[in-house]
Amino acid sequence: MTEQLSEDSAEQETRRRSFLAGVVAVLCGGLATLPPVVAAVWAFLDPLQRSSGAATFLPLTDLTNVPADGQPRQFPVIADRVDAWTGYQAEPIGAVYVKRDEGTERVEVLSATCPHAGCFVELDNAAGCFRCPCHNSSFTLDGGIVAPSPSPRSMDSLECEVSKAGAVSVKWQNFYTGIEDKVARK
Amino acid sequence: MRDASGHSESPGLDEVAGGSWISNWLDSRTGYRALVRSALYERVPGGARWRYVWGSTLVFAFMTQVITGLVLWASYSASAQTAWESVYYIQYEMTGGWLLRGLHHVMAQAMVVLLALHVMQVVIDGAYRAPREVNFWLGLVLMMLVLGMALTGYLLPWDQKGYWATRVATNLAGLVPLVGPSIQQLVVGGPDYGHHTLTRFFALHAGFLPATLVIFLVLHLTLFRKHGLHAKQPITKPDAMFWPDQVLKDAVAMLAVMAVVLGVILMPALRAILAGEPIVPGHLGAELGAPADPSEPYAAARPEWYFLFLFQFLKVFEGWGATGEFLGAIVVPGATLGIMFLMPIFGQWKLGHRFNIVFTIAILAGAGLLTAMALHEDYYALWADRSAFADVEKLIESTGGDDEKIFAALGHDKEKLNVFTNRREKLEAIRRSEAFLAAVKQAARDSSRAVELAGRPEKIPSTGALSLVRSDPLSQGPKLFAQHCQSCHAHIDPTAENAEEVFAKSSAANLFEFGRESWVRGLLDPKRVGGAAYFGNTAHKEGDMVSFVCEDFTDEDEWKQDDKEAVIFTLVAESGLLQGTGKKGTGRKKVIKRGQGLIADTDRCGSCHPYRDNETELGYAPDLNGWGSEEWLVGIITDPTHQRFYPDTNDRMPRFGVASEGGLQALSNKQIKLVSQWLRGSWYRPAVHSQASSVRDHP
Repeated sequence: MTEQLSEDSAEQETRRRSFLAGVVAVLCGGLATLPPVVAAVWAFLDPLQRSSGAATFLPLTDLTNVPADGQPRQFPVIADRVDAWTGYQAEPIGAVYVKRDEGTERVEVLSATCPHAGCFVELDNAAGCFRCPCHNSSFTLDGGIVAPSPSPRSMDSLECEVSKAGAVSVKWQNFYTGIEDKVARK
Repeated sequence: MRDASGHSESPGLDEVAGGSWISNWLDSRTGYRALVRSALYERVPGGARWRYVWGSTLVFAFMTQVITGLVLWASYSASAQTAWESVYYIQYEMTGGWLLRGLHHVMAQAMVVLLALHVMQVVIDGAYRAPREVNFWLGLVLMMLVLGMALTGYLLPWDQKGYWATRVATNLAGLVPLVGPSIQQLVVGGPDYGHHTLTRFFALHAGFLPATLVIFLVLHLTLFRKHGLHAKQPITKPDAMFWPDQVLKDAVAMLAVMAVVLGVILMPALRAILAGEPIVPGHLGAELGAPADPSEPYAAARPEWYFLFLFQFLKVFEGWGATGEFLGAIVVPGATLGIMFLMPIFGQWKLGHRFNIVFTIAILAGAGLLTAMALHEDYYALWADRSAFADVEKLIESTGGDDEKIFAALGHDKEKLNVFTNRREKLEAIRRSEAFLAAVKQAARDSSRAVELAGRPEKIPSTGALSLVRSDPLSQGPKLFAQHCQSCHAHIDPTAENAEEVFAKSSAANLFEFGRESWVRGLLDPKRVGGAAYFGNTAHKEGDMVSFVCEDFTDEDEWKQDDKEAVIFTLVAESGLLQGTGKKGTGRKKVIKRGQGLIADTDRCGSCHPYRDNETELGYAPDLNGWGSEEWLVGIITDPTHQRFYPDTNDRMPRFGVASEGGLQALSNKQIKLVSQWLRGSWYRPAVHSQASSVRDHP
């Protein structure tokens, strides 16, 4: 009876030690693996810390290049750009359509990025509308949606300023695509 | 027991895994319990031992490299214009990038050490003997793959260190008979180093080699399991299971390896804390040299420390030419590897096994000795006393190093000559070490400057960081000056300890702080204008300028102190280097106006120097309009014999920017501009230092 008990307790002791060894082994192994995993996740998430910065007004063109005929014209947006480690000076970073209606001084600027999925919206002069080549979203020359359309909203208008001397500048922004609301990317 | 899929299971496994319905379901689909069981419940004859941990730590190290390597890959860009740049970004700008790269870099080194330990344990324990021969060979292949990854990874940052070390390694590959040049061209990706060298090395480092390694590792582990662990004899303890006994020891060893690796990475941080200095994360982990530049010599080029023994071994064959290199780089290492492959065969006999042990220890000891020799040669000057060899230096200088003359000076005494030759060799060793240490220092300066430039708000141009370094006056100025100007001109702070010694050796003016107040004050100081730091060692020593400063300028009736100050102030204003001289606004304008009048006055400076509208003809003395400005300096360096400078009285200065027809200029226009900018101290300074920095902060 006593022998049986001592055998049991010896087995229990072995089991307890095994369990403890297992726990310590898992802890040590886990701890050893932690630094590379932490470093990898930390570095991999780096892009989440980057932002394109606050939207600023960028010079676009001169008012004389935008005749008051209601016809949109395409202009590149030129700015200094940083792409990770590379700095680009005065480079085209996007495109906009600029339009001035007959008899007005008011300049309208539309982003050429389709609000549906981000393709480049083209101006279809023959049809007198904007058309996205990717999923056939169509927009009026004012940027209004032509139903039925895969695009959830009208073309994105951009704030613009015209100086007294006639310099047109635009507040360049990118917006989230595929949603009804126009929300600027940060 | 048979489940729905007909899969047979051994009883009792449910207990092991707890037997929940999820694990039952998963096990019925995957049979994972059997897998886990076979992985963990391996018998370890004689119980768990510390000596068996090396294989596991190697697998752990490899997994660390895979994890860190994959994320590094996500940010690395393999091309000659983006490799250094992307690594710079990882190291200095990406959150946690320094730790990621540090772990990858240091663990690679740890892996080499672990490899050596693993091989040693296997050989000493005789674990290569039948039936484990094939597994030993697989292990040797794994070793070569790991070393191959170390070699290819060294180049990827495309910095000076990796570039030059890899050039040597690939050139050595070219020594292989018949196919060598083709191998070299294939590895390099063409006849020259560039984009394709990087893309190919990267493909090797992150693709071919690790993929092959995984295949061989699987085979290695499969055979290891097939034959079981080779227990160290004699077995004195009862058998144990791999889990948890050996796993515990393995895990503790892995933790120790990681602790050492982290310790190496974080050591500089600890040093900074102790010294009360701020910790710069970018300075932790792996270093990044200046961008690779094939036109820039790099005397600090050395392979990574674990290949240093091969580098040193090649020196044994110095003087043997290409044959020696072929022997040292290919034949001997190849033969060594060949012997290692034969070890399982030799090991069948007791004597053979002993030979294997002695051979392995000898190889490791030899490698250790060669490494120590290489380090000793490189760092010899740190502890050697050069002044003890002053007499040797003197004798070499006085005899011009001519052996006959030296022998004569030693009284034709052969014993003395032997002693002298011995000491001369030691002196040469000190000199070589000094040159290496200087090169290491220069490399560190170049590297931190390149990093500083890359961190400008404008970032790196698309032409790459090398173009940034090449158009940086602070990086290029001193090198161009040393190469083209220093044979005559000094460039040293006059208050420096050895300044007078340097002036005495120079044959033209000291250009330190040229155009600044301190320089102009010296020029107009009667005690200094005729001295070695100005005109003293030139043809103008007794010229009109020296006599003007010594006689006219000291005449207090003619030149009031205020007038002198106004002239000095105005000249500095002409150079555009007035900052920090105190006067501002209208006060400054007034003084300059007065100074301009004095300089233009044809009874004063204007009697010789053309200035403003004084109508003094060009050609007698240098034009003082814009004196010391970048444009003025570019002009005089381009052509000192131009009418604006010294058309008739130029004293030996070459026309650096003028070439005869069909010839090349001694300095390109860009280089002349860089030297001028450097002399004027006009180079990029990071915002935090800009206020405190001056021309004195050049290297």
